[in-house]
Order: sequence, then structure tokens, then C-alpha cells
Amino acid sequence: MSGIPHDHYEPKSNAGKWLHKRLPIVSLMYDTLMIPTPKNLNWMWIWGIVLMFCLVLQIITGIILVMHYTPHVDMAFASVEHIMRNVNGGWAMRYIHQNGASLFFIAVYLHIFRGLYYGSYKAPREITWIIGMLIYVLMMGTAFMGYVLPWGQMSFWGATVITGLFGAIPFAGDAIQTWLLGGPAVDNATLNRFLSLHYLLPFVILGLVIVHVWAFHTTGNNNPTGVEVRRTSRAEADADTLPFWPYFVIKDLFALAVILVGFFAIVGYMPNYLGHPDNYIEANPLVTPSHIVPEWYFLPFYAILRAFDSDVWIVIFFNFVSGGIIRADFFGVVMMFGAIMVVALAPWLDTSLVRSGRYRPMLKWWFWIFIVNFFVLMWAGSREPTAAIANVSLIGTAYWFAYFLVILPLLGVIEKPLPQPKTIEDDFKAHHGKADDTEGSAAAQPAPAK
Amino acid sequence: MSHAEDNSSSSGSRRDFLFYATGGVGAVAVGAGVWPLINQMNPSADVQAASTLRVDVSGVPVGTQLTVLFLGKPVFIRHRNGEEIAAAQEVDMADLVDDNARNPNAGADADAADSNRSLTAFNGENTGEWLVMQGVCTHLGCVPLGDGAGDFGGWFCPCHGSHYDTSGRIRRGPAPENLPVPPAVFVDETTILLG
Amino acid sequence: MPGKRVISIAATATLILSTGAADAAGGAGHVEDYAFTFQGPFGTFDQNQLQRGLQVYTEVCSACHGLQYVPLRTLADEGGPALPEDQVRAYAAFFEIYDAKIDDWRPATPNDHFPGSNLENAPDLSLMAKARAGFSGPYGLGLNPLFRGTGGPEYIASLLTHYTGSEREEFGAILYGNETFPGGYIAMAPPLWDDQVVYNDGTPATVEQMALDVSAFLMWTAEPHLMARKQMGFTAIILLGILSVLLYLTNKRIWAPVKARAKSGAPAR
Repeated sequence: MSGIPHDHYEPKSNAGKWLHKRLPIVSLMYDTLMIPTPKNLNWMWIWGIVLMFCLVLQIITGIILVMHYTPHVDMAFASVEHIMRNVNGGWAMRYIHQNGASLFFIAVYLHIFRGLYYGSYKAPREITWIIGMLIYVLMMGTAFMGYVLPWGQMSFWGATVITGLFGAIPFAGDAIQTWLLGGPAVDNATLNRFLSLHYLLPFVILGLVIVHVWAFHTTGNNNPTGVEVRRTSRAEADADTLPFWPYFVIKDLFALAVILVGFFAIVGYMPNYLGHPDNYIEANPLVTPSHIVPEWYFLPFYAILRAFDSDVWIVIFFNFVSGGIIRADFFGVVMMFGAIMVVALAPWLDTSLVRSGRYRPMLKWWFWIFIVNFFVLMWAGSREPTAAIANVSLIGTAYWFAYFLVILPLLGVIEKPLPQPKTIEDDFKAHHGKADDTEGSAAAQPAPAK
Repeated sequence: MSHAEDNSSSSGSRRDFLFYATGGVGAVAVGAGVWPLINQMNPSADVQAASTLRVDVSGVPVGTQLTVLFLGKPVFIRHRNGEEIAAAQEVDMADLVDDNARNPNAGADADAADSNRSLTAFNGENTGEWLVMQGVCTHLGCVPLGDGAGDFGGWFCPCHGSHYDTSGRIRRGPAPENLPVPPAVFVDETTILLG
Repeated sequence: MPGKRVISIAATATLILSTGAADAAGGAGHVEDYAFTFQGPFGTFDQNQLQRGLQVYTEVCSACHGLQYVPLRTLADEGGPALPEDQVRAYAAFFEIYDAKIDDWRPATPNDHFPGSNLENAPDLSLMAKARAGFSGPYGLGLNPLFRGTGGPEYIASLLTHYTGSEREEFGAILYGNETFPGGYIAMAPPLWDDQVVYNDGTPATVEQMALDVSAFLMWTAEPHLMARKQMGFTAIILLGILSVLLYLTNKRIWAPVKARAKSGAPAR
């Protein structure tokens, strides 16, 4: 699959040759597992494995939960309590699934931030990036529908508010919302279709993950320098890379084990810390919670959605230009989805010829402001919508769009990049050739001549 | 691990130990994670709790039958009168189709004598007054008719004509076995615990 | 290393900010940070306290409130109130429940659940200890619940002990002043007074004692597997901690020759 020269699988036994002629599956697995990987990858390159683990974890625990869950408005809440109380280890499955969603999103945000900082989205990895953003959007849909299933107060009202977004679409909005819900309001039909789609989408995500991996196995991994692996000769490629197994598999598994220590600390000791207490109250269409908030991973986008009211000049402008068709609510929806769209378009918005932020002195600053801004928006999304919070959200939203639409295109022109290492091998040696490097004593001895 | 070269043999064995230890602990962790995934399919606490049933038989007059639903199947609890008891006890063992008591309370090998099928009262005496058994025909699972139905004054299965006597033993018809007795015991004077 | 910085900053910030959500829900007034035996990494339910709490629930709360998600049989569970089975049977028989199968009312058995609430506006208490957040903030940062827990049982105990004694009439209903309840006035009249119940174990039945006992009991009804959960967390952390150390050493050992060659300037492979 890879354009980087490396060993290929050679069947040795007769049985191996027989199978290889008919189905080269061993060869496929070998190429995938032994893919040449830049040897200077740092600890931000572990999130892919963590995400893969999360997807499998969520699918397995989800399949189990569905064995005991009842998708009916009268029984859904009670069936979740049945899982929590009666099913063998059901409480563990449920809490792992619930908090697994949070781990999934922590990992995906760090994975995306990694890509933004090190320019992983740039040519020739645009397809990998686009597929990744598609996976992210599907994750959001899956998580949203999954949150409705326990049929608590926040499930019900979250579903009501979010499907209401579609009602803001001019002309067809009401029809689309009714079609989504299967009725005039969130009810049994909604619950059932959300379960069906919540079960289906993870497998679509799994398919896209395979395409995502296929795409970057074709282009090769990016790395902290952004310098490409040399492909002109086998020797040069070997100097820049190491096979994925065992070097990166063990490294990633180590990181995963450490992360899981933290994960199980949350599941074991504070499983409801990231959840909302109102979701332990059964859904009641007659009583709205005092303050409806989505799960934490949606908060930045929720803040963007709420930032626009009819007093914001840009809303007034578009309202005027469109002859009143574009109102504040619809504008907010457009901006929310637009905020995800601009991230997906980053490969074409970033004009810099240098890939990695490590060698971009100006981008570094703007990038870290972007990260801080992300958390400010997250915080703003969680607060009661006062005027001050709306202003914070508006500024945050403005920066979000400015980062992609103004800063990335402009920096490529005005920024003077730092010198980059010539090769990945040089970068690796610069890191590990230091005298104060304290490796194991066996390793400190000169390596034997080959 | 062909790429992780190492030259000295002593560090080689240490390396091997480290790899085996890591693999071993990893396997334990995976095993500990997989077991709950399998165990969750076993009967849940509410189902397990429903696997016993306490039946109050104080309101069952002599010569009548109480039918209760237990584990999804009917259970006949018959308060037999003297005639029925006598009829059940008089039967010659050679006349029986199935000579096993089919009663786990009496043991797997107990013969089909009526005393091995009727339920011992709370005071430890087995007067033959109480007969408890699953009301499911051993032929194809229909529910037999009671109250002296059939040629032997016990139960009669209307589906394919199996006749059971007053001890619930198969006497004629296609059914191969006596009606099975469920695990049952008197826990006080008037309460039978099933399961 | 920008990489490491991203991990630590982002992970901490995510964890802290994310409970802004929980923060907003509280809106509660004064919540006392009571100490409960089930708190802390190795905390367990106090069986005697759960039994006392059950008594308070039965003699006081159950007049209006229900526990519809709690199976009566679990009163016999190890780690819970652990009542003997015959007591559970006798206790269950006090409740009359409607049985759809016989289309009639009958005494409850251990396999039935507690009845639901008797009053329209008395919420079910099964999950109350998880459905209320006593601690939140500051400023939506979620630090208080991180260090003190979400504070459900503390909220219940505080609510029961912090009636101000003032009353107010609103839409024909009398509301009672309460320092804990959001808004300061609650429809529930002060339910507890000293010596309202007589504890078998001789514990003096002060209002605070009863409030704490019933709060602990309601934490058990909301999270009956709390102890098993903590045990699982502990086991997982130890096991994964050992695995982490071993994987760290393995990783180091595998990379050692590669890094050694980089250091000595020898050819890469």
C-alpha cells in the first residue's frame, strides 16, 4: 500500500503460497503492520490507536447494552435502571460506555489539534483529513443520538432543542424537523429511529476509519518535522523510518495503558462527573430543566450556535440582504456547521509551504490562541446565556473563523519560517544524540557492527 | 522483534523475561476485561430472583388442585384425597411405563413408587396428601387436563391422548415419562417453596 | 515539547471545563459538606446506617415519595441494608401493589419493586442522590465536584436540615423557607422532627441523624453497586498501572538500540 520502499511478505511454506495465490490476506496484514513509520513521531502520535480502541470499546459495550435495553418511551428509562441494578456487571458496561464517549472525544480533539499544529492536513494528505472530519461529524451524530436513549430529562430536551435547529431552516424547516422526529415532537418514533441509527453509524465510522488508515498508509505518516520520508532509495527510507511493529505498537500500547488508568479512575470513582444530574430524572415533556446544556464535547459548537441573536450586526445584515429569510436562529445553525466546514477546508486555506508548526514562529502563537479559544468557547457554552456570555461567544466564534479564513491564508505570505532539518534521520539524531541522554546501560554500549 | 537487536546473552534473557512479563500481564488484563462481556449474558438478578416461588397452599381444599405459573410453565399442586392416595399407592410397579420417580427431591435413581413422588409435609411426614409436579406433558409439551381426567383418574393430555394416574405417572399413550416433579419443599405448615 | 504540553493542558482543561454543565444544574443554595462512610476511594456503606435510613424512609418519606426503580429483594443484598430474607418478605408484604396479571391489588413480594410516589408533586426518590448536584463551580470550572463529589446525598441531607421556619403562600399553596432548595422556598413541609422514629440500635433520632441516615440510604438506592464499582476501579488501576510500567520498560528496551545508533552516529539499520 505504501509508496515508501520496504519489505514485503514472501510466503515460505507451501500452504502460505497456496493461500497467497488465492487471497493475499497475510500479505495485507503484514504490509499494514510493518508499514514504515517516521521514527521521530512524538507522543501526540498515539491518539490514533486510542481512537481505534475507543471505537471498538464503544461498539462492544454498545452491543451488550442493547441486549438489555428497551427502546420505548415508557420503558427506556426503567430498562437502563435494570441494566444498572440487575444485569451482571451491567453498571460497569453502562458507565464504561457513557464515559467511553468522553474518552473518545478527548482523543479525537487532541488528534485533530495534533493535525492542525503539525500541518498533517496539507498535501498530499487532504483526503485523510477530509475523511477524518467526516468521521468526526458522524461521531457527533452518534453521540447525540446515544445520549437520547437513556430517556432522561436532558436526553429529551437535548433532542428537542437540537432537532429544533433543523426547524430553523427557511421554508422547509418544519417539514424537515417533523420528518426527523417522526411526529410533531420528540416521542417514541424518535427514540426508536435514534436507537437504530446509533447502532448503525459506528459501523459506518468503522468503514471510514479503514479508508482513513488506507489513505495515510498510501501517503505515509506525517511527523513532527513535516519533512517527508525519503523514498529515492531503500537505504534512505530505512534511515528515516522504523516498522510500525513493534516500535510504535508497543509505544502506543504504553500510552493507551496510561490513559486507561485515568479512564478507570473516572469510571470507578466518579462516573457521573462528566454527566448531567438531570439525566437521572425520567423524561417529562411537561417540565423543562432550568438550563439545557449538551454534553461537554458539544459545548464549543453550542456556544457558536448561541452567539448569534438578532442584534448582532452580521445577522442584521444577512437578514436585510435576504429579505428577512435568514433569521438569527438559522444564522446560528449555519455558523455552527460552518465552523466544522472551515476545519475540513484547512488544506486549501493554509497557504504556507512549511508543513509543521514547529518551524512556523508566527503560527505557533495563533495556534495556541486557537486552543485557548476552544476552551473559552466550551466554557461559554456551559454558562447561562447572559449578554456577557453571548459577547464572549461572539468573540470566540469570530476568532475561530478568522483562524481558518484569515490567519492561515495570510501567514503563508507574511511568515518567515525557521530552517527545517533536511531529513527525518537528522531530526531523530538531533533529539537522541545529546550527551545527557540517559538510556539503558545495555543500549549505551556501541551498537554491534552489522 | 527481529529489529530489536541485543548482543549479550545475559541481557537477552532479561529482555525475554520482560517481554514475557509484559505479554502475560497484558493477557491477564484482556482476560479480566473480556469476562464481564461474557458474564453479562447470564441470567440477571431479577431473573435469578424469579427462579424461586413461594406458594401459600392454606386455601387449597382436599381433592382440588392449584395451578401456578413457575419459570414460565404451569405447576400443578394437588391436595389429594384418600381415594386418590390409595389408588396411587396400590399400583403395581410392573404396570408402569416409566419406573423412575422423575423427582430431584427424592434422588435421580428413586423408583416411581407414589411415596417417592408426593411431597413431604413440614412436620417431616409424607402422608401423600400433596403432589406437586410440572403440568407439561412429557410427549410434546401440552398442558394435561386434571381433576380426575383420563382412564386412570389423574390427568389426561388432550393433544395426543396420554393418560396419567393419580400420582402423575404415565400409564397409556405416547408420552415417554412421568410428569416431572420440580424442586419443592414445605418451608412452613402451609407454604411450599418451588425452585 | 509542544506535544506534551498539548496533552496535559488540554486533558486537564477538558476535565475541568466539562462540568460546567453539571454546575448549571445545581443552582442550589447552601449545601453542607457532610462526611459519609461511603465516600473516599475505599469508602463503604454503613449497614446499620442503611437500615436506619430505610426505617426513616418507611416511617416518614414513603407517605408521599416512592422508590419505583428499587426491587425490594435488594434490601437483602450484601453491601446494602442486608436484611435477613424473612424480614424482607415481611417488609414487602406491608405494601399493596397492583398486579396486572391478576388485575387486582395484592401484597408485594420481594421480587416486586417499591411502590411509586403517592403524590403527584412528590418526586420518586430512587435516583435522587444522583439527580441532584450539591456542589458546582466555581465559575463553571467544575473544580468543586472534582474534589468533593457531585454532592447528591449532601444536598438531600442539607435540604432536610435547613428549613428556615418561614412560610409563604403562593397560588393557594404554602411554601416553606429552605436554605438549600433552589429559590429558597419548597412545597414540602419540614418532614422531620426530633425523636420522630425510634431506632432499634439506640441511636438518638435527631433531625440531623435521621437526615444523614436517609441520605445514605438514598445513595444506596441510587447506586447499589457503589462498592463493587470502586473495587473494579481500584483493580483496574493497579493492573493497568503494572502493565504501564512493563510496557514502558519494554518500549525503552526495544528502542534502546535504535537510539544508541542515533547517538553513536552509526548507520540506522
